[in-house]
Amino acid sequence: MRKYYDTELQELNNQLVEMGALIENAINHSVNALKDKDVAEAEMVNELEAKINHKEKDIETFCLKLILHQQPVAKDLRLISSALKMITDMERIGDQAADVAEICKILSKSSYVHNLEHINEMAEQMKKMVTQAVNAFVTKDVVLAMSVCKDDDIVDNLFVQVQKDMINLITQDSSKGEVAFDLLMVAKYFERIGDHATNIAEWVIFSITGDHKLSGK
Amino acid sequence: MDKFTIEDMNLYYGKFHALKNVSLNMQENKITAFIGPSGCGKSTLLKSLNRMNDLVEGCKITGSLKLDGEDIYGNMDVNVLRKRVGMVFQKANPFPMSVYDNIAFGPRTHGIKNKKQLDEIVEQSLRDAAIWDELKDRLKKSALGLSGGQQQRLCIARALAVKPEVLLMDEATSALDPISTGKIEELCLKLKKDYTIVMVTHNMQQALRISDYTAFFLLGEMIEYNDTDTIFSSPKEKKTEEYITGRFG
Repeated sequence: MRKYYDTELQELNNQLVEMGALIENAINHSVNALKDKDVAEAEMVNELEAKINHKEKDIETFCLKLILHQQPVAKDLRLISSALKMITDMERIGDQAADVAEICKILSKSSYVHNLEHINEMAEQMKKMVTQAVNAFVTKDVVLAMSVCKDDDIVDNLFVQVQKDMINLITQDSSKGEVAFDLLMVAKYFERIGDHATNIAEWVIFSITGDHKLSGK
Repeated sequence: MDKFTIEDMNLYYGKFHALKNVSLNMQENKITAFIGPSGCGKSTLLKSLNRMNDLVEGCKITGSLKLDGEDIYGNMDVNVLRKRVGMVFQKANPFPMSVYDNIAFGPRTHGIKNKKQLDEIVEQSLRDAAIWDELKDRLKKSALGLSGGQQQRLCIARALAVKPEVLLMDEATSALDPISTGKIEELCLKLKKDYTIVMVTHNMQQALRISDYTAFFLLGEMIEYNDTDTIFSSPKEKKTEEYITGRFG
């Protein structure tokens, strides 16, 4: 039996759960910043992003140490290699949450002239995907991970809807071009976060089953 | 193409049932690794492939073991079988004679007396075993004076000298340092172009590095047999997973 090794793998698991909690937090704050025009919420995302970057490096170093010391095979190798891939997507989610927060700071100075309905819907859907991808990893739930992959289509379709909304907005009032462009950027970041959540879910599936489930992107 | 075909093989040492209903095919020009804890039957199966178990009292085999479709335990001449299926052991066992005579021993036994022909066989065998450059000036020196890694490669050269089709390796690198082990692993990869190799190893990384197929044995049963990458990345059986990840027991 390899008790020390098992303890280290559990530690890797815990670190990933912690990083998952950080990215969920960052997304929540950036969505709140958007909805409430709350600059303080946006500032909190910056702090979280720094922590996420730091956590990524810690986990990366830990994974390389495990590979060097334990020469993992089978499910251990799948867990460690999946972890190395997942943290890249998680770190990107942190970056994009921070990008959204930056735009929110600019938008907070202008009035939102347009109904945010579809962007809000995107935000909720994207948050759900990230939360479920992290939960799927924690609970080793393949079915949940697969549902995350499927939900990406919803986010993609909403993005197309937001694009149309923004075109309509500019058509109706060309002075709103700048705001429309910023909101479109926010929507694009949400759409990308959905893609990263899908990637995480795919790595969860691989780490459990050994099969790559490609979501057809 | 299958070199060995084994069907429903059972092996008994007296009352002890050492191999249970083993069936597997091993492909020509590939390296097949047998892995498993001590006493699982992997060396027993390896030795059955050139009837080394014939020497063990009370050994009884049922089922079918075929080499190129020909029954190994049928009418096949054992000397011919062992010429076709050579073996290298865990501990290098050079004969207490010169390097040259070690290599020439097998061919002489098979009737080759011509000096020029023997010279050619000795050189080619040592070259094939990647040790010619190290030993070409020491051919008349005793083989017992060589290092452990050199002795093991000499034994491989000796096995190759009778031009076998198959090389069985029973933990052939377990007593060697990493450099000698690396040389023999490289050698296996080179040799599989011309030979079929079946190896027993306790070194999981070695099985991963050089074998094409891996069979996992436990308590006389073959638990899983698949291409090596699948066995070590996504084994199908829980027992295989537990063994290769070091959680067995």
